[in-house]
Amino acid sequence: MTDYRLAIEKLSAISLRDGNKPVLRRVSLTVGTGEVHGLVGESGAGKSTIAKAILGIVPSQVRITGGRIDFEGTDLLTLSRRGLRAVLGRDIALIPQDPLTALNPARRIDAQMTDGLRLKRGLSAKQARVRALELLEEVQIRDPERVLNSYPHQLSGGMRQRVLIAAAFGLEPKLVIADEPTTALDVTVQKQILRLIRALQERHGTSVLFVSHDLGVVAKICDRVTVLYMGKVVEQGATAEVLTTPHHAYTKALLAANPRYDRPDTGLEPTPPEVISALRAEISAFDVSLLESRDG
Amino acid sequence: MADDLLVANGLVVSYGRPRGLLARGPQSTTILHGVDIRVGRGETVGIVGESGSGKTTLGRALLGLVAPASGTVLFDGTTINTLDERRRQPFRRRMQMIFQDPMSSLNPRQTIGRILIEPILLHGLAKTRSAALDLVHHVLDRVGLSRVTVDRYSYELSGGQRQRVGIARAVVLQPDFVLADEIVSGLDVSTQAQVLRLLKELTGEMHLALAFISHDLSVIRSICQRVVVMREGRVVEEGPCERVFAAPAAAYTRMLIDAIPLPSVDPGWLTRGVAAEAAVTA
Repeated sequence: MTDYRLAIEKLSAISLRDGNKPVLRRVSLTVGTGEVHGLVGESGAGKSTIAKAILGIVPSQVRITGGRIDFEGTDLLTLSRRGLRAVLGRDIALIPQDPLTALNPARRIDAQMTDGLRLKRGLSAKQARVRALELLEEVQIRDPERVLNSYPHQLSGGMRQRVLIAAAFGLEPKLVIADEPTTALDVTVQKQILRLIRALQERHGTSVLFVSHDLGVVAKICDRVTVLYMGKVVEQGATAEVLTTPHHAYTKALLAANPRYDRPDTGLEPTPPEVISALRAEISAFDVSLLESRDG
Repeated sequence: MADDLLVANGLVVSYGRPRGLLARGPQSTTILHGVDIRVGRGETVGIVGESGSGKTTLGRALLGLVAPASGTVLFDGTTINTLDERRRQPFRRRMQMIFQDPMSSLNPRQTIGRILIEPILLHGLAKTRSAALDLVHHVLDRVGLSRVTVDRYSYELSGGQRQRVGIARAVVLQPDFVLADEIVSGLDVSTQAQVLRLLKELTGEMHLALAFISHDLSVIRSICQRVVVMREGRVVEEGPCERVFAAPAAAYTRMLIDAIPLPSVDPGWLTRGVAAEAAVTA
């Protein structure tokens, strides 16, 4: 019996469009039962590629070259399309970044929420609608009837994200992939959405892989965190420890670049060039060692 | 105040007003309900608000990109919002803008050199193309871009480089006032730090007045002297950053500050403030 839901082991990927350049370099991380695990990094660090690999939707120019994605004993990378479809939605759900593009503009919320409940949970149309109403109440939507009868454009951004959170948690998944779920939202709405995700996750014991570029958001919702740079894990550990006593110079640099209203004299430190060159040297040494171990 | 450069009083802006006798259509929507704002010479003022607060519309009204239904915009003592195009022209050079998304504000079919040279010639800051090119080289040095950037196209540059071009385009015209609308919102934190530092240095060196529109109060605190908090087309609070952040007068400002997730451990943060939020949004 394992104490984790998801274990990514030495996941590697290359970009076919970019001269077979590595985009993931033997990434390993685990998400425990009931744990919120943060995946942070700057653009191009590979955090979305990891989320997409779990969901089986890596773009065609990216090829997975090695590793495993173990979900409760099954390597998701070995599943057929059909096998993966059975797991997605039922056991693994996604909260996407942009709730407007994730929802079909031509269908009412009602239809979009009940699809999953009927197909993945086997409810009748009537049961599914009743369940959808309950779910909207659980995400604190005051007039769920009106929302169910609305089209996506008739709802605010925060409301749309609540609908998607209700849909994701409504399937009672074991793992939720949250891909920058608050990036498009105002700060006050962001706080409400973070509060909601944490409350639902705790209530249902759901594991969450939380992808974010924002160390502040990660600090507030994640139990553990993995910091990525150029597809390589540079630091991993309990969020409190990584934030208070970061080991890697890159994590320190990220924290020093962040402006903070409570410390106006700090922040805005551009990453020192020597930190970047040391990182790049570390990464090329890593790439070389991989090639050598393959030859040997 | 004597050293005010830009003063707006009672700005009202509405969109969608039906025109003509038989015009039909939706009622007009009022975006700004009488906004007062002032920016001193060489001063950096932050304008913060959530989506729909009217901060972008306010910026556009200050620059004359949208005509207010009522209210005045005074620039260096002259009421500019009622000037005709010809008399407005001299003010256009002195008031510049840096846009949110440099990818869509830089013409992809023009080289960076051309984008930077044209306005210099248009405003008569140089007589010849080669004299303009000298100014361009100079500003590229200053914003930390290589001189070969003049032969590049916007899509060949990184996000941070593009935003430096946006800054170069604004400051090369030697303006007195620059409006920056969410100029770092798409950037990584390390790039954001570089761009903000550059902007802070330039405003100091050039004694430039800056109106800095942002949704991010931490960013505003780091580069602005004063802050204006907007909500639903009104100013809810205004004052020196030091005072507003330490002791916000408006409950809405308090809520905005409390909603900022700082990168530090604070287990009670998520569940704190529910009642206060409900009171403000009710």
